[in-house]
Amino acid sequence: MAGKTISEKILSAKSGVDARAGRVMVCAVDCAMGTDGSAPMAIDYFEAMGGQSVRDAARIVFALDHYAPAANRAIALLHQRLREFAGQFGIQLWDVGQGIGHQLMVESGRALPGRLVVGADSHAVTYGALNAFATGIGSSDLAAILICGRMWLRVPESIRVNLTGQLPRGVYAKDAALALTAVLGADGAAYQALEFGGPGVGALDMDDRLVLSNFAVEMGAKNGIFPADERTREYLAGRSCQDFEAVAADDDARYGREIALNLDALRPQVALPHQVDRVEPLVQAAGTPVQMVYLGTCTGGRAKGFHEARDVLKAGGGVARGVQLVVTPASRAVMETLARDGTLADFAAMGAVIVTPGCGSCCGTCGAIPGDGVNVISTANRNFKGRMGNSGASIYLASPASCAAAAVRGAITDPREIEA
Amino acid sequence: MTGRARTFGDDINTDYIITSRRKRESLDPAVLRKYLFEELDPRFAATVEAGDVIVAGKNFGCGSAMEVAVTAVLGAGIRAVVARSFSRTYYRNAVNNGLLPVECDTGGIREGDRLAMGDGEVRNLSTGVTLETAPLPEIMRQIVSAGGLAPYMKRHGDFSL
Repeated sequence: MAGKTISEKILSAKSGVDARAGRVMVCAVDCAMGTDGSAPMAIDYFEAMGGQSVRDAARIVFALDHYAPAANRAIALLHQRLREFAGQFGIQLWDVGQGIGHQLMVESGRALPGRLVVGADSHAVTYGALNAFATGIGSSDLAAILICGRMWLRVPESIRVNLTGQLPRGVYAKDAALALTAVLGADGAAYQALEFGGPGVGALDMDDRLVLSNFAVEMGAKNGIFPADERTREYLAGRSCQDFEAVAADDDARYGREIALNLDALRPQVALPHQVDRVEPLVQAAGTPVQMVYLGTCTGGRAKGFHEARDVLKAGGGVARGVQLVVTPASRAVMETLARDGTLADFAAMGAVIVTPGCGSCCGTCGAIPGDGVNVISTANRNFKGRMGNSGASIYLASPASCAAAAVRGAITDPREIEA
Repeated sequence: MTGRARTFGDDINTDYIITSRRKRESLDPAVLRKYLFEELDPRFAATVEAGDVIVAGKNFGCGSAMEVAVTAVLGAGIRAVVARSFSRTYYRNAVNNGLLPVECDTGGIREGDRLAMGDGEVRNLSTGVTLETAPLPEIMRQIVSAGGLAPYMKRHGDFSL
């Protein structure tokens, strides 16, 4: 019998049976997150299922992030309903202003190696960076987990992504994620797991890994999982007091496909409107005028990304006339870091619009909405037509440094031209 | 089950099925059905009929995992989606709501063709072509037969596998 991938090992442990790619099994869920975008429907399903009680409230958490803060009465009532449900059943709730649920899941140490951690939102794949089997589910799934603590899962075949080298100056994890999306396409990993490995893993810090795992779903992947190493332990120290064991793949694990990604050879990348896999080297789009620059989201909203953007903006002399710079930290902790180290003041001095930590403009549900004919360059993960709330706008996706370079010049620019 | 094919292309994301903007206004499928596919085909909602079958290329339902992209389709009286492939979250949400997801080679299906959903096959009554389909695993078949995860859970209280 062949060895197992990381995903097969975790799902074997969570189902109590021998999990092999292709089998459908029922698994015990270690932690499930719902947002204000998905949990209200989950409560409807919970009631339709005849739910009376929550099986293990300690394993559930809600985040008010998609509509933060409430901009109208309907959303205010929806938030109230979630607070009441959470209060009634003893579920932890991250309220408006605390940040994006995915970011809070990793910051709070709820996502741990070897655990099955799910979220009723497609970007729950982000927690794979911490060696957890992490995937997005629907509201009905979340309702069933509230009641019985379990879910059905088809065990994915894995694609092994062998990372080598390290990111050159001016090139970031987002560029690696976009380059991988260009290779695989928007459905290249459909129903499959991405399993990152190889000597290049050690050169990526946790923030970098979170970017790559976050992007797994843009290639159709069920999850994007990293091995755990010393950096994983360092990240979790002080965040979680629970014991965990790193889960590694067997040497003779079977993969559907193997892809080599040499970080040394990467250049800045950009995804063109309106598909995430319309990726090309950024230089080819250089000069495209940009009127809005968005820094934030569960892909690019962490302190490291803001520092990279701030450095480019300062080196370049600030924001070009006619460009709106919007800054949305992924969490309150990120905002506090930026406040402490002066980055937030730098952004404010440059005239940036600073928005409540949360999903912000990314999916057009709150925050700044672009106008008709506006080109936006964003650190987000999706550029579908209408994604930011107006189908008349066009969205380009790039690294925080590349977005900042575009803010400096008012046009798409290779950040290496500006960086000090 | 037979129905009229309503065709779409590849990589139709859930925001194209129903925009997040509409979801903010209401979660009621009877309301959302009025805005189905509005970004792609503003006439779709007015011309959809109960029993129509959505036919698409690869990666149908990619992007956000929002479940209204399934319930709004059901709200329009559509009971099945036939696609070359689905995004996994759409597939999952379809099963969990009793919307039949059928995977097969949809390349030869034209707008308006009459389709008959059979066991392991889709018959195109307009062209006479029969397409082989991938079978649903047992637990998914049980959930779809129950009418979705809500009636399934109401009956069983847990998963039986």
